[in-house]
Amino acid sequence: MALETTTMTMTQDPILKVEHLSMRFGGLMAINDFSFEAHRGEITALIGPNGAGKTTVFNCITGFYKPTMGMITMKQRSGKEYLLERLPDFEITKHAKVARTFQNIRMFSGMTVLENLLVAQHNKLMLASGFTVLGLLGFPAYRQAAREAKELAQHWLEKASLIDRADDPAGDLPYGAQRRLEIARAMCTEPELLCLDEPAAGLNPRESHALNELLQSIRHDTGTSILLIEHDMSVVMEISDHVVVLEYGQKISDGNPDFVKNDPRVIAAYLGVEDEEVEQVIEQIEEIEGGKGGTN
Amino acid sequence: MANIASTTASAGTDLTARALREAVFAGLISLGLFVLFVGLETTQNIRNELVLNQRWGLLAIFVIVAAVGRFVMVAYVQPALARRKAAKAEAENVVKEETFFSRNFSKLAIAFLVLYPPIVVMACISMGYGIQGSLKWVDNFGVQILIYVMLAWGLNIVVGLAGLLDLGYVAFYAVGAYSYALLSTYFGLSFWVLLPVAGLLSACWGMVLGFPVLRLRGDYLAIVTLAFGEIIRLVLINWTEVTKGTFGVSGIAKATLFGIKFDASKDGFAALMGLPMSSAYYKIFLFYLILGLCLLTAFVTIRMRRMPIGRAWEALREDEIACKSLGINTVTTKLTAFAMGAMFGGIAGSFFAVRQGFVSPESFVFLESAVILAIVVLGGMGSLTGIAIAAVVMIGGTEILRELTFLKVVFGPNFTPELYRMLIFGLAMVVVMVWKPRGFVGSREPTAFLRERKAVSGSFTKEGHG
Repeated sequence: MALETTTMTMTQDPILKVEHLSMRFGGLMAINDFSFEAHRGEITALIGPNGAGKTTVFNCITGFYKPTMGMITMKQRSGKEYLLERLPDFEITKHAKVARTFQNIRMFSGMTVLENLLVAQHNKLMLASGFTVLGLLGFPAYRQAAREAKELAQHWLEKASLIDRADDPAGDLPYGAQRRLEIARAMCTEPELLCLDEPAAGLNPRESHALNELLQSIRHDTGTSILLIEHDMSVVMEISDHVVVLEYGQKISDGNPDFVKNDPRVIAAYLGVEDEEVEQVIEQIEEIEGGKGGTN
Repeated sequence: MANIASTTASAGTDLTARALREAVFAGLISLGLFVLFVGLETTQNIRNELVLNQRWGLLAIFVIVAAVGRFVMVAYVQPALARRKAAKAEAENVVKEETFFSRNFSKLAIAFLVLYPPIVVMACISMGYGIQGSLKWVDNFGVQILIYVMLAWGLNIVVGLAGLLDLGYVAFYAVGAYSYALLSTYFGLSFWVLLPVAGLLSACWGMVLGFPVLRLRGDYLAIVTLAFGEIIRLVLINWTEVTKGTFGVSGIAKATLFGIKFDASKDGFAALMGLPMSSAYYKIFLFYLILGLCLLTAFVTIRMRRMPIGRAWEALREDEIACKSLGINTVTTKLTAFAMGAMFGGIAGSFFAVRQGFVSPESFVFLESAVILAIVVLGGMGSLTGIAIAAVVMIGGTEILRELTFLKVVFGPNFTPELYRMLIFGLAMVVVMVWKPRGFVGSREPTAFLRERKAVSGSFTKEGHG
């Protein structure tokens, strides 16, 4: 109940507003007039069958694609607003404070785990080193900033339980640890919105449980809002506050996990129900829901 | 017991038989390879007629060397290597103690380089060659190698750290050399003023090259940089009013030490120091100058690797898309890498001009770019120590060929080892790449650590995709 009320108050404050987003690749309309909102402090999940356009939405939000149409507004805690579709890719992380991870892990595999996290703090350190000039001359301000950067990295390494492997090359880590490292690295950019592209892909149940805990603690401790794409329903249903379902580039459902779980259109999309049977499915669901209500 | 002895004996004869067989094959292959290259030679006689000389003796020597070499390799070297490997595998648990030498390698190397000229001079005087005899060792070996060390360290920033394959690096060397040559002859500016100016001009050209190639990767980047190198050379050849074309710029002013000239005049260096006049002093001065420039390059590179920009370069080599996702401006990161690399190339170029006293476009052909790149790759991309070793081996090795007069005894009096320079260069590259595929120093030193600094094995680092 308490959770519900917080959700209600959060709803007033969207952090990311996607409006009428469309993305066309040649003749293919990968995303068609897609709108949704992610709320501050919430975990929003974007789900859908393979090829539904989830990663395309992510790439539009994080600037790797320029959308054909639509508006993506990022509203920061300070009240500052950024139109993400107009920013070049790196400025989305630098100024708008949106960080992302990738479906196929992208590590700096030849650099150590610690170095990976220091690279993520590039812009902050660049300023502190006076764009390298002051740092080259050995100014103490840079040394101080470098120490702080290391402390922040250490903090996230502890959170992601990677602290024992801090000095090992990132490429040497097992798969699950690399996933966690990618999240820790994204968090080192100090984002307000963290976009995770299938963070639980390829993880075993224990690892994906640990991931759930990591994401929950990120949300609680830093107040970072999370937007994630996920196929693993145990992750989606357990941690997300809000689920958006995408099929063939269009939104088919939007609401809290329970609502989405029972939405006949979602079931149809996932299980492939024929059009004539949709009516039946809806009736069935209504019956089940009515029965539940009765026992309660 | 007798049984075991007989099996080892039969294994021995097997090995010898195999070695003999492979030796015959190697001989046949080298016969096929060299019959036209070495066995036959065409020369022009005084009436401009083409004369075909037959050199069967020389060909026989080549074939015999190949066959004997293969025999020794198969019969003795390979079993010995296998035994050593087995012994090493057994003793794997023993932690190898770092020796004093390997721990302080760079300090010892710098100390040696600082002491190199006095040692050479003293050795030459004691052997009766006089101070003039040291010229060759200080200039041809010392200065020559150090120029390549500096160039390779400069290129290392672009190729080794940022992972941008640059085949036209010699263009920046040319820009630096011509900057000094032209500005000093036309405007009479001094070397010490022009050294940073040449560096800055080259850095500007690095940016000029950087802009159009920002979107290119891998092979495409390599081709465009190659073209850029050729454009600079062709401009130098064809802009005859300024650069004097293929004649080159000669009579370039020498460098001075705090205004003291190295000449025979009354206030020249030798006269001031009360020493007999010798051109060796200038060479020794140049040696220390290039040594200082090399150390500056190394210092800046090492310092920069620990700066955010240096980490961004390496991150760019590892994964460009991940860099963008972390808010790193890849455009400025690439441009600074090009500019820094070009700057050191330009400074080395102006040093080259002051050392030669003469520059012409012929010094800046593609082959130079290839040699510098080869040194970077052989040394192990990103490693300053490895690259310095590679420069010593490659440039020093080809220089030492001139000294190998005893080869004339083997191959006949007409044999000039310098002509085989590129053959040996290629052979050495193949050998090193088979022996150490990641170059002399394949591992990477991390720029920061929490508990202990562990070298990152070369198998994890990427070469970059342009």
